[in-house]
Amino acid sequence: MLLCFIVNISLGSIHIPVQEIFGSLFGSIENNTWQIIITEYRLPKAITAILVGSGLGISGLLMQTLFRNPLAGPFVLGISSGASLGVALVILGAGLFGGLFTTSLISKWSIVIAASLGSFLVLLAVLAVSNKVRDTMAILIIGLMFGSITAAVVSVLSYFSSAEQLQQYIFWGFGSLSNLSWQELLIFFPVYLLGIILSIVTIKGLNSLLLGDNYAKSLGLNLKQSRFIIILATSLIAGTITAFAGPIAFIGLAIPHLTRQVFKTSNHKVLLPAVFLFGAIVMLICDCIAQVPGSDYTLPINAITALVGAPVVIWLLVRQRKMMF
Amino acid sequence: MNEQMAHTILKAEQLSIGYKTKKEETIIASNINFELEKGQLIGLVGANGIGKSTLLRTLIKVQPALSGSITLNDKVLKTTTNLELAKRLSIVLTEHLTSKNLSVIELVALGRHPYTNWIGSLTEADTTIINESLQLVNISELKDKKCYELSDGQLQKVMIARALAQDTDLIILDEPTTHLDMYHKAYILKLLQKLTQETGKTILFSSHEIDLAIQLCNTMIVMRDNEVVCDQPCNLISNGVFNSLFPKDLIVFDNKTGSFRVTK
Repeated sequence: MLLCFIVNISLGSIHIPVQEIFGSLFGSIENNTWQIIITEYRLPKAITAILVGSGLGISGLLMQTLFRNPLAGPFVLGISSGASLGVALVILGAGLFGGLFTTSLISKWSIVIAASLGSFLVLLAVLAVSNKVRDTMAILIIGLMFGSITAAVVSVLSYFSSAEQLQQYIFWGFGSLSNLSWQELLIFFPVYLLGIILSIVTIKGLNSLLLGDNYAKSLGLNLKQSRFIIILATSLIAGTITAFAGPIAFIGLAIPHLTRQVFKTSNHKVLLPAVFLFGAIVMLICDCIAQVPGSDYTLPINAITALVGAPVVIWLLVRQRKMMF
Repeated sequence: MNEQMAHTILKAEQLSIGYKTKKEETIIASNINFELEKGQLIGLVGANGIGKSTLLRTLIKVQPALSGSITLNDKVLKTTTNLELAKRLSIVLTEHLTSKNLSVIELVALGRHPYTNWIGSLTEADTTIINESLQLVNISELKDKKCYELSDGQLQKVMIARALAQDTDLIILDEPTTHLDMYHKAYILKLLQKLTQETGKTILFSSHEIDLAIQLCNTMIVMRDNEVVCDQPCNLISNGVFNSLFPKDLIVFDNKTGSFRVTK
């Protein structure tokens, strides 16, 4: 992971020699521009990649175990749909509610706030419903329904929007790791950490959930409370990630599978730290590729994660001929 | 009187079971009374749909009783928390495991959850109990296998070992012999009998293997349309309880052999 981290920092549109990078990391470097590029741009981006990759992987794992469904990911609860609705309302809705604010005024912060609000509202709705519904599967369906509703609203909004606004919305949908400044990371990190701590607390409960709800209950698990904590942890992690980096697809679904195939176990005491590492590494690698080494282009991260990750998962599944779950 | 109380593990009084929705109550069986004693093997039998599973689900607190009371180790079930209950009662269900990607020993170790700390680390005492449980059901050699590699019979033994590792006075099994061949049906029930004798645990199971249950159980609970009888198998036979268990057009109970046979 450390290696990926260093490689990740060393790649970018401007070539900086590796020894200078070490120099800048430890404080002494002659070239001031390089210093700024590294500490203000590449370092936060690499840290973001680690947080995003590990966070999405872990929330995907939590959802797959909770819903006993290998197709579940961090966004099954409709968190990303909530966020995209928020962002769509700000970007696309600006035309509809014109006069309130113009396109040029849509800052990064308003997008972050809109995304957070959107995912937070969906989270509240899902949590409220999950306390009423006894069946875990019903929560899954409800999450999907929320997703459909928001997708519908977004399409209606896009129908009435200008090409320029649409483009801005689509760019947000590509996901990006590079938009975070240190100040934003300072907000991002505590929320992320809280989510991770909550998921560590649920390890024992997750393992008993592997037997099924009734067995888990017979082992003394407070089902409602554990479910609440698991959903809360996922929402915190996936919600902040979506707010700051956009709806980054695929990682959350694929990393837990990748880890299960490699470690051949479902024991969360092994899986959780392994998913953390794998998620971070894969995200760093994907970001390296997105930089397109040797060129000036930066590709959308969302495309890369799927382009790189999907074949790997397919290859693992075909090779082992058996899905671990 | 006092001595007798100490031996009673599970007691049902005026119990009525079924399903409750906002509008109405569906009573499946009522007026259920029984006392199960320590160290006994108890078979629960009855026709399909008579409410065996509902009774077991009520006893393990998956669904609430409509009325009446259940006491487990002199404690009222309704007010027992999940964690307290987990230390007194373990279960083996018919439902499939969500994940079969655990090794046998990992799965059996899950039985220690009520006793372990917040992250579930096993102490030496836990490991000892886990290994003892594996030995009791004769599956020590399977311990590093994955659950998806096991046959139905082996998996059933693993689930029983897991229940043993939970170290409870009472184990309840819902139809532990389904999906098994004749030999393994007898094997599992015989194993349960051995466990009650060796460990002093009380084991209650539901089954359609009435012939086997009659031979192996200390006590049987028979569910019929209008009543639930709990007695020793020989008394149940002499009272003709099994004769009225099923419609008589196809099979009849033979009091002499203690088994059912097809009518000619």
